[in-house]
Amino acid sequence: MSAALDERLGKPWKKPPFISSPGLRWTLLIGSVIYLILAMNSIEVNWSRVYRGLDRGWQFVVAFANPDFTSRAAEIKDGMIESAVMALTSTVVGIAISIPIGLGAARNISILPVYLVCRSIVAVSRALNEIVVAILLVAIFGFGPLAGFLTLSFATIGFLSKLLAEEIEDMDKVQAEAVRATGASWLQRYVYGIHPQVVPRLIGLSIYRLDINFRESAVLGIVGAGGIGATLNTAFDRYEFDTAAAILLVIIAVVMVLEYLSGIIRARVQ
Amino acid sequence: MAITTIDGQKVWQRRDRNTQLRSWALWLVGTAIFMWCWQQISAVTTWPFFWDAPRIAADIGGRAMPPRWSYMDKLWAPLWDTLNIATLGTVMALMMAVPVAFMAARNTTPSALFVRPIALLIIVSTRSINSLIWALLLVKILGPGVFAGLVAISIRSIGFCAKLLYEAIEEIDESQVEAITATGASRWQVMAYGIVPQIMPAFAGIAVFRWDINLRESTVLGLVGAGGIGLQLQGSLNTLAWPQVSLILLVILLAVVVSEWVSAKVRGAII
Repeated sequence: MSAALDERLGKPWKKPPFISSPGLRWTLLIGSVIYLILAMNSIEVNWSRVYRGLDRGWQFVVAFANPDFTSRAAEIKDGMIESAVMALTSTVVGIAISIPIGLGAARNISILPVYLVCRSIVAVSRALNEIVVAILLVAIFGFGPLAGFLTLSFATIGFLSKLLAEEIEDMDKVQAEAVRATGASWLQRYVYGIHPQVVPRLIGLSIYRLDINFRESAVLGIVGAGGIGATLNTAFDRYEFDTAAAILLVIIAVVMVLEYLSGIIRARVQ
Repeated sequence: MAITTIDGQKVWQRRDRNTQLRSWALWLVGTAIFMWCWQQISAVTTWPFFWDAPRIAADIGGRAMPPRWSYMDKLWAPLWDTLNIATLGTVMALMMAVPVAFMAARNTTPSALFVRPIALLIIVSTRSINSLIWALLLVKILGPGVFAGLVAISIRSIGFCAKLLYEAIEEIDESQVEAITATGASRWQVMAYGIVPQIMPAFAGIAVFRWDINLRESTVLGLVGAGGIGLQLQGSLNTLAWPQVSLILLVILLAVVVSEWVSAKVRGAII
């Protein structure tokens, strides 16, 4: 082995970096290190409190192993029914409102003023966190599932309208034009030319949103907007970890069943 | 598609009779369920409060305007905490999500029979519980403060990140992995040179996407005592200090818009 051979072999291969410009790479790297140091320093962790809490954490893990479904069965049942009711009604109402807004927010079939109005409704609904909306609506409409229902409907509008509008913008124009060429009115054009193209996706998204709404309805109770969240909050406040574990297990089970069902339904309609 | 003959004339209908009847029956059942559900909500609603709502909303709106701008001095520190909860929470979540994702992906899992179901269970259980519930629990265990929020956000994000990441791993181009294996690379070398470069863009996209979601969620964690700007929101709500509430909501809205902008920019740069 000599220097000449080394030269002929060339440089050893090195893995190309993910970010190719070295300036940007180093700026990002150093910037993130500085940020991490600053951030870590600003977080105060009371380790003795954490240490004392570990005991409670262990209790919770134990509670998960033998959850208590029975002693608060009535509350759990009522809470779950209320959550399911809120999720279902808000999804239905949300879909009913989202369809016209989604149509308005699709650039290819709506006129500019309508498009701008619908897009801003979507933007507002998406920017506001569900919990924040729920707090305001509880303050306005009082405690109970009505506030939760309104919150979830509001959140559904932003989600579904946006995705529906994107779906309509991506659709095949030819079919809509063919229906239009027969002299169809605006409504007929929608029903026969556009709707059949987007309906499989709409069904899939609606079921997905039902799933999300159910999950969200589990937390809305924490701020007083009805559903299982109130029961859960009370269970935690009383340190009844076995009841809390039971509620969490029920939520997980329902979410898993919904996810499984939505998989089947989506596979069938698509 | 059904064509019937009425008086010797062909009439086109979208569905034949049976399909049409079935669809009407489904609509009837659906409507009945909806009405029943609505009844449940209606039964526990105090309707006079509902009809009173416009007046209350106007009243609250009147009290909340204008926002108390001077309160901003006290919001910088919670805002910084919120940012830290979101960012460090995402970083911690990613560190835990990467091994879970590799264990859950069909083509990289060490054992499809034993390890994969465990990984999938971790993904499902962390994903189906909202971060606010995790925070509720962790405040009880770790004590109130930023740390509980941080852990809540990171646990909640594991499932989400790991799910998207393992789908990305399952979609990789196997021929590159084969090429690396053919050079005699070890298992870890195959991973580092065959798999990781392929999922890097997806990984960066997921990280930024989740960071955006986490920032939104960390703004409300304070409601259950887990630090951040939500703590100030809770305090202001409890003392009915509406001008402060409106300022905090404005700040949250601004933070969300900025984070969405950043995340869209970064994802645009990656893809």
